[in-house]
Amino acid sequence: MTSMTMLEAINATLRDEMARDDRVLLLGQDVAQLGGVFRATEGLLERFGPDRVVDMPLAEAVIVGAAIGLAAAGLVPVAEMQFLGFSHQAFHQIGAQLARMRYRSQGRFPMPVVLRAPFGGGVRTPELHSEALEAQFVQSPGLQVVMPATAADAKGLLQTAIRQPDPVLFCEPLRGYRLVRDEVPDGDAPVPFGTARVAREGDDVTIIAWSAAVHVARRAADRLAEENISAAVLDLRTLVPLDEAGILDAVAATGRAVVVHEAPFTGGFGAEVVATISDGAFYSLEAPVARVCPPDTPYPAGKIEDYYLPSVERVVAAARATVKAP
Amino acid sequence: MTALSPQFLPEHGAAVPRSVLLPDGTPRPGVVPSLDDDQVVAALELMLLSRAFDEKAFSLQRQGRFGTFSPVHGQEASVVGSAFAVEPGHDWIVPQYRELPALLRHGLPLESFMQTFMGDPRGGAIPPGVNLLPIQIGLAAQLPQAVGLAWGRRLRGDDAVVLVYVGDGASSEGDFHEACNLAGVLRAPVVFLLQNNGWAISTPRSRQSAAATLAARAPGYGFPGVLVDGNDLLAVHAVVAEAVTRARAGDGPTLVESLTYRVGAHNTADDPSRYVPGDALREWQERDPLSRVRGYLRARGSWDDEREIHAAERIRARIDAAVRVVESTPPPGAPALFDHVSAQLSDRQRRQRADLLAQPETT
Repeated sequence: MTSMTMLEAINATLRDEMARDDRVLLLGQDVAQLGGVFRATEGLLERFGPDRVVDMPLAEAVIVGAAIGLAAAGLVPVAEMQFLGFSHQAFHQIGAQLARMRYRSQGRFPMPVVLRAPFGGGVRTPELHSEALEAQFVQSPGLQVVMPATAADAKGLLQTAIRQPDPVLFCEPLRGYRLVRDEVPDGDAPVPFGTARVAREGDDVTIIAWSAAVHVARRAADRLAEENISAAVLDLRTLVPLDEAGILDAVAATGRAVVVHEAPFTGGFGAEVVATISDGAFYSLEAPVARVCPPDTPYPAGKIEDYYLPSVERVVAAARATVKAP
Repeated sequence: MTALSPQFLPEHGAAVPRSVLLPDGTPRPGVVPSLDDDQVVAALELMLLSRAFDEKAFSLQRQGRFGTFSPVHGQEASVVGSAFAVEPGHDWIVPQYRELPALLRHGLPLESFMQTFMGDPRGGAIPPGVNLLPIQIGLAAQLPQAVGLAWGRRLRGDDAVVLVYVGDGASSEGDFHEACNLAGVLRAPVVFLLQNNGWAISTPRSRQSAAATLAARAPGYGFPGVLVDGNDLLAVHAVVAEAVTRARAGDGPTLVESLTYRVGAHNTADDPSRYVPGDALREWQERDPLSRVRGYLRARGSWDDEREIHAAERIRARIDAAVRVVESTPPPGAPALFDHVSAQLSDRQRRQRADLLAQPETT
């Protein structure tokens, strides 16, 4: 095990995967010469050369579209969207093309493509740099949506993403890049998709989250412990595929659940989690499932983003209300 | 058999940039300046303000008093020369995000611009009569909108022209092509001012396009392109003024490639020393657009050290006053999340707003 930030884990994993498999190549804006605007690809141009670490013109759609072609040619592209907020400019290539190329070609062109995309709030970015768009992508069948919360999972899920044959949107939380640090397994440690992680055990209520919100949930659980409320935290890790059994077991164990995410309330992935619980664990529930997420408003400017994002206090309040519900 | 040889070759896209002033500010022989001395002085003062604001904004950002900000440094002639070719209150400017002096010229309060980059949504408010679309962070997204705006103003019966800014990096986006194509079809009264500053963060112009010039794309869309020395205030003004005249007369769009250089960083989070070659940077620093205008005006007796000092004092006072205003403005509260989201909030949004305001942390 080695202590790493999430950014270090991603950089090291990209390096190791490129060394392991010479079909893997990186493409994106500023990924080569600069090493990425967050330095996620630092040192890789020097190590692997300009045919495998490629600075692309400033055009998101052509980055994704070219990755589709590269994959059809037998390569394993790892493309970077500089920010997930700009993936709208590539959405037709992602949703209408990448996600369904295997289906369209009836298996002739599987798409081993990874789209890495920093996203999420709390770092006072300019407009369009912080949006949590994950729910928009889960509606593209064929595309897997992966949301690591820890450095260890960033490595394990990225290894899986690169090694398995279907396209992946790999969302990296901006505010976790340097703040999240944990013990990362050395060598091969791929984390299978569709396996939620129990980030904390608890008996009274289950808080379900993904990506940076997992850390908000954990801090809320610490706070709840001071009130003698024992909160479990379940980190979904991947939204597609979804660990339904993991969710149902975790909720059945406590009978109460709170879902936390950074995307707006209406149509957020929290709604899907609640529906999953309703379908499969309804008779275990002791209280309605609560959602803590931003209102249905655009991602705000920096001075008011703390009002928008789920806070520890709001998660605590929701969990407390859930536990006290009759 | 006839050989199938191409008629359009890459070398046809090369051009010498149009210029009016030599690097020391001397006008080329026989060129009549398109701005009188008072206008050039006003333009220089705006360029000086822009340069001073860049420095102030960087200093405030380092102190945690300002957000991520992209300086204009090096591109002042390009931005100001073009902005002086359109009429505030009548014509429209559609910005990207690195055109502060053009926005000020068109009537945006400096305080609004500062608020935007300090993370205050109220900075987005554009006063009535100020013909600007908002600053655009999504690259090239403003271009189709500018074409629609130009088209719409013509449908509404006025002869307003739209000046829209874009960079060499953003010109690789699909929106660039789609906008130019539509503008050509409609003969829309729009001027595309493509500021080629050499860099898209770390990506050099040579990796954006294999074309000799970006202006050469214009004939492919059915309208003219011009390459201009972007560090030459008078050349940029003359070229854009011509394009505006064409547009106003109903002769359609023009693509102006303004050849300049991003002397500063992409933004406050960027470290260009990692990728910008030192010799290129020095070469462009020697072609400073401000020095060229100073040299021109001095030779005509319209600028001197005393005027420079007074201008600097006025500019410092204006910037300091704006800093005081924005820093003494109470921060926006949680309700600002919901302000201007739509004409009317839905019941669900109203409930969300009430729930949020009931949280102890937001009161």
